[in-house]
Amino acid sequence: MQAYLVRRILALIPTLFFASVIVFVTVRLIPGNIIDLMLSQNDIGASSKISRDQLEKVLGLDQPMWLQYGRWVGAILFHGDFGNSLWQSTPVGEFLFARLPITFELGFMALIVALSIAIPIGVYSAVRQDSGGDYIARSFSILMLAVPSFWIGTMVMVFPSIWWGWSPPMQFVSFSVDPLKNLSQMVTPAIILGFGLSALTMRLTRTMMLEVLRQDYIRTAWAKGLGERLVVARHALRNALIPVVTLIGLQAPLLIGGAVIMEQIFVIPGMGLLLLDAVSQRDYPIITGVFLIVGVAVMFINLIVDLSYGLLDPKVRYR
Amino acid sequence: MASIAETSLQVAPRRRRNPVLQFLARLFREKPLGAVCAVIFVLFLFCGIFADVLAPYGYNKIAPLNRLKPPSWAFPFGTDNLGRDMLSRCLYGAQLSVIIGFCAAGIATFISIVLGIVSGYIGGKFDLVLQRFVDAWMSFPDLIILIVVVSVVGPGMPQIIVTLGLLLGIAGSRIVRSAVVSVRENMYVHAAQSTGASTFRILWRHILPNVMAPIIVLFTTRVGTVILAESGLSFLGLGVPPPAPTWGGLLSGSGRTFMLQGPWLALAPGLCLTIVVYSTNMFGDALRDLLDPRMRGSR
Repeated sequence: MQAYLVRRILALIPTLFFASVIVFVTVRLIPGNIIDLMLSQNDIGASSKISRDQLEKVLGLDQPMWLQYGRWVGAILFHGDFGNSLWQSTPVGEFLFARLPITFELGFMALIVALSIAIPIGVYSAVRQDSGGDYIARSFSILMLAVPSFWIGTMVMVFPSIWWGWSPPMQFVSFSVDPLKNLSQMVTPAIILGFGLSALTMRLTRTMMLEVLRQDYIRTAWAKGLGERLVVARHALRNALIPVVTLIGLQAPLLIGGAVIMEQIFVIPGMGLLLLDAVSQRDYPIITGVFLIVGVAVMFINLIVDLSYGLLDPKVRYR
Repeated sequence: MASIAETSLQVAPRRRRNPVLQFLARLFREKPLGAVCAVIFVLFLFCGIFADVLAPYGYNKIAPLNRLKPPSWAFPFGTDNLGRDMLSRCLYGAQLSVIIGFCAAGIATFISIVLGIVSGYIGGKFDLVLQRFVDAWMSFPDLIILIVVVSVVGPGMPQIIVTLGLLLGIAGSRIVRSAVVSVRENMYVHAAQSTGASTFRILWRHILPNVMAPIIVLFTTRVGTVILAESGLSFLGLGVPPPAPTWGGLLSGSGRTFMLQGPWLALAPGLCLTIVVYSTNMFGDALRDLLDPRMRGSR
């Protein structure tokens, strides 16, 4: 297990390096200079009398590219310094650490919704293969892959309000202030996001269950005279769920991407809303910070998933 | 006797059937739902290409007298807050979706082919390094990359097409690569290598034709992914700028402000999106099952 752990963590280093390069290059090297955009779109030059050279100096853009990259990575690695917001001169790190838990909470709730829909239905679908219920479950899961979450979100905002005069609560309250109020606000977007995510998990659970149910040890379990519940839950499901755990890691980017849209619709001040606000204000230090943190967060989620995979599956551990 | 033999030869001539027709026949016989979705997909293409002819009104024809009219014979999808016909706007939306969907999926597939074939065939350290880059790339949610790029280059159709193409192209190279790795070890590749064929010739004549099946499937499913991603971006107000009627854009912006008075504004664009993406996915699934049985059940 230790060797596996070390190997997995070592493999993370080049990926992290590439991720930082991607973030750096995307924001700094794309044609169309940031300075031009900032000067033209925000009238920075006019309002605060900052000249082009001063702005370049503030952003450190007057130095060679490799030095800019080195300074940027160094500041983050050694001081946790993501730079300051251009408009509020607050450290970007403060924004990130205030907003990240909110997005995580939404993502975590959505994940719970997704799993509690996907696993029971996936198992049912496999155990009753080719039945009416299986057919309905499969059609539903394929449909859920196609329905855009922002459309469902929009309809949830519109139709209940027209029919019953109900609309989801929009005044954000932090979990630490009033947990119940916070959860009541988060639950609607989490359900919408969870439904969308459940589709793939449901399909994979079904496929894996079908494969496992055909194994010899399941036949042995049946032959011993065990009941269906015991065979399915203890013998089949535990083995079928291992690849499903991996899928959770693979879906982490989808989860965070979906959270951005949900945060916008339901006015939840997480990373997504922070990013969108920063984009509208062209606050590049914040944009860069969110971009990097989201990528790194996804990588660490995948690391945790892979490590738990090692714990769940002895074959991985000893390879 | 001779005449009987001649007659029987004439009765059963060897007919060469068109392979495309043959494939379509198989599609309808073996995958009826996939075939229906293929028809919807073609219909969507048709609407997109001929939107100028099919749309009863212009997409930006403002008619204040007709504002917020519910669906009727004159306006089957109703009208918006400026009196613009929603059916026409949805049809022009289909046109934008076709253009963005096919161009971006085309670019994405091309990038996937180049990266996947080179990485899979050359292998070794090059493959290792490139795959770590792909790992890093895939850790970023598509939507976040799109938002960041648009924030730098500004919104607009060409930017979105290129970004989506690059985004999905790099991610999709994994699929092409794994197909190439399994083809690479075949005898005919070794035979070509031993006769001294150049690397380019091997890639072009021996590897590429044998990984075409997953590539075709990849392209089809990418069209759906691109349409969904673009609509998400437009929904956030970062897609093709108004008055261009993208389906995602129709669900946000000024449309959203008036949805409580005109709930039909929320229905039509979302339904169009869902039906088209659903059909594209199902058509892609059916294609995969028919063309590439190895990938059955995976996505």
